[in-house]
Amino acid sequence: MARTAARARRRAGTGRDRVLVTPEGVSLPLTLASRGARAGALMLDLLILAFGFIAVSIALVSLGGGIASLAGRIGVGGQGAAALQFVIVVWIVLTFLLRYAWFLWFELGARGATPGKRLTGIRVAARDGGRLTAEMVIARNLLRDIELFVPAVFIAMAGVDSSPAWLTGTAWFAIFVLFPCFNRDRLRAGDVIAGTWVVEAPRRKLEPPLARESHTGGRYVFSDADLAIYGEYELQTLERILREGRAPALESVREAIAAKIGREHEGWGDDRAFLEDYYAQLRGRLEAGMRMGRRKADKHSEAA
Amino acid sequence: MVQETSDPLASALLRSDRFRTEREADWRRLEAIVTAIEKGRFKRIADEDLLALPQLYRTVASSLSLARAISLDAATLRYLEGLVQRAWFVVYGPRSSLGAWLRAFLSGGWSRAVRGLGVDLLIALSVMVAGAIVGWLLVAHDPDWYGALVPGQYADTRVPGATREVLRAGLFGQSQQDGLGAFAAYLFSNNAGVSILSFALGFAFGVPTLMLLVQNTAILGAMLWLYHGAGLTLDFAAWLSIHGTTELFAILLSGAAGLHIGRSMAFPRDRSVLAAAAEAGRRAAQVMAGVVLMLVVAALLEGFGRQLIDNTAGRLSVGGFMLALWLAYFFAFARDPRHGPRQGRRG
Repeated sequence: MARTAARARRRAGTGRDRVLVTPEGVSLPLTLASRGARAGALMLDLLILAFGFIAVSIALVSLGGGIASLAGRIGVGGQGAAALQFVIVVWIVLTFLLRYAWFLWFELGARGATPGKRLTGIRVAARDGGRLTAEMVIARNLLRDIELFVPAVFIAMAGVDSSPAWLTGTAWFAIFVLFPCFNRDRLRAGDVIAGTWVVEAPRRKLEPPLARESHTGGRYVFSDADLAIYGEYELQTLERILREGRAPALESVREAIAAKIGREHEGWGDDRAFLEDYYAQLRGRLEAGMRMGRRKADKHSEAA
Repeated sequence: MVQETSDPLASALLRSDRFRTEREADWRRLEAIVTAIEKGRFKRIADEDLLALPQLYRTVASSLSLARAISLDAATLRYLEGLVQRAWFVVYGPRSSLGAWLRAFLSGGWSRAVRGLGVDLLIALSVMVAGAIVGWLLVAHDPDWYGALVPGQYADTRVPGATREVLRAGLFGQSQQDGLGAFAAYLFSNNAGVSILSFALGFAFGVPTLMLLVQNTAILGAMLWLYHGAGLTLDFAAWLSIHGTTELFAILLSGAAGLHIGRSMAFPRDRSVLAAAAEAGRRAAQVMAGVVLMLVVAALLEGFGRQLIDNTAGRLSVGGFMLALWLAYFFAFARDPRHGPRQGRRG
């Protein structure tokens, strides 16, 4: 996602970058979620679920205890038992819902992500670029059962004293946990079945423009030859450095550019203004070239 | 360098920044709407904003295309890409609410998915029947098999050599029992787990699904043999059928759904394995959502109905009625025309 036009072409088809073409014909870059982010999201969700389970259990146990003692005191044993039974039903149903409905409910929402996924900035999307449907979300989450819960329960029940069972359970667990490491799109088994994948869902703020006012009226004016040495890649590196605004970086970049264009004596102690002017004029030059259909990807390319 | 216009204020800006200034209001408006929708605050969104959303989305998408052609402002391009992506997820995201999906699901989506399983239903059915027969034959051949097949929780008093009275007592006379609700909830949770497992195991080309089906119905065959020996065949069948027609049907569906995935991965025909798995997976997921519903019904029938209806005829009629109901629901109202020219899908 963070690639510029020039670099996107250079890196197309490698790593985590994918391109999605919307029905309007706009190509949208997508970045697959990193395995670390997905593991983190899962851990967070499981933590929340575990706390939820414990809280629900404690609340229901104390509720049940209260009902039982109350019923014992006023001497209505039958109704007390019925109320207790109701508490048990609620507990079983809530446990079931926590196990299956948590992921379903949140991934069906507008953000397509459970709280854990939201916190790590990722979401579920349909692999074919279409709508994410309820069936997809159901399918990918039912598979979670054999990927995670069944082997975990199996290992817990087998214990350490039965080594074959323990080994089988661990191997089972490992196969599914490592599944995303063995395919290009980092799909887990549930993603394969559902036709989904997990992508980054970045939320970016609109940054203030950099080149405002320094485009023509700046302190430093550069000749066409001064600007001709750099391309889009260098422009965007310069933009990043200006936005980060760290003084040592600004100084060393200013020195490098000034040396390259033979104006070492200029801009001492005025790095930012120098670089902003250079940035604005370089961008103006490159964008003018763009409008003419000439692009210069980086300092090594000949065009423009 | 291209000469900019003479207006001093405008000429102070790069062309691409002027482009941005002119459109920024639209971008910010779209961002506000999308953020509100993502947070689920639909009530805070004005009606005209909701109506404008698709148009705004297209406007911003074309801003992005244009910006890519004329602007080298990487931060703005990234912002636009992120915004269009978020808006795209909202505009093309899961459109139906859970309620709307449920309505479409119950009024045709589910039964269509069940019919879509096709031959896998027959395979699962024959495997289940075969499992029951194998269970019967094994135990008939050597009663020691009973202990191996039937897990302890079913084999409390129902063991080979038990008298007819003991076995009969297991079938009748539990209507005064307490804790039926908890029993039903436990049954549901347990059975739903088993069904989901048999569906999910289809992922391994369906083989474990078949094994799970055989294992479960072999128990059934063994118990059937036990009651047959005591002359209680019909009573046992009735005891089983009141919830069993629903429950076994649900297990049949989940097994068939698992097989459907396994088979389409093993034999993807002209599609890629991934595409085949995804298509089968979505259909099977619909079936599975329905299976969970069926198991709720089955648990209620088992937890309450079986204990409260304490006679064979009543149990048989309830079980038969449920079977007829499910069969009719799934197969009798097939709306997609199988015969004749296609008349376009409706409903």
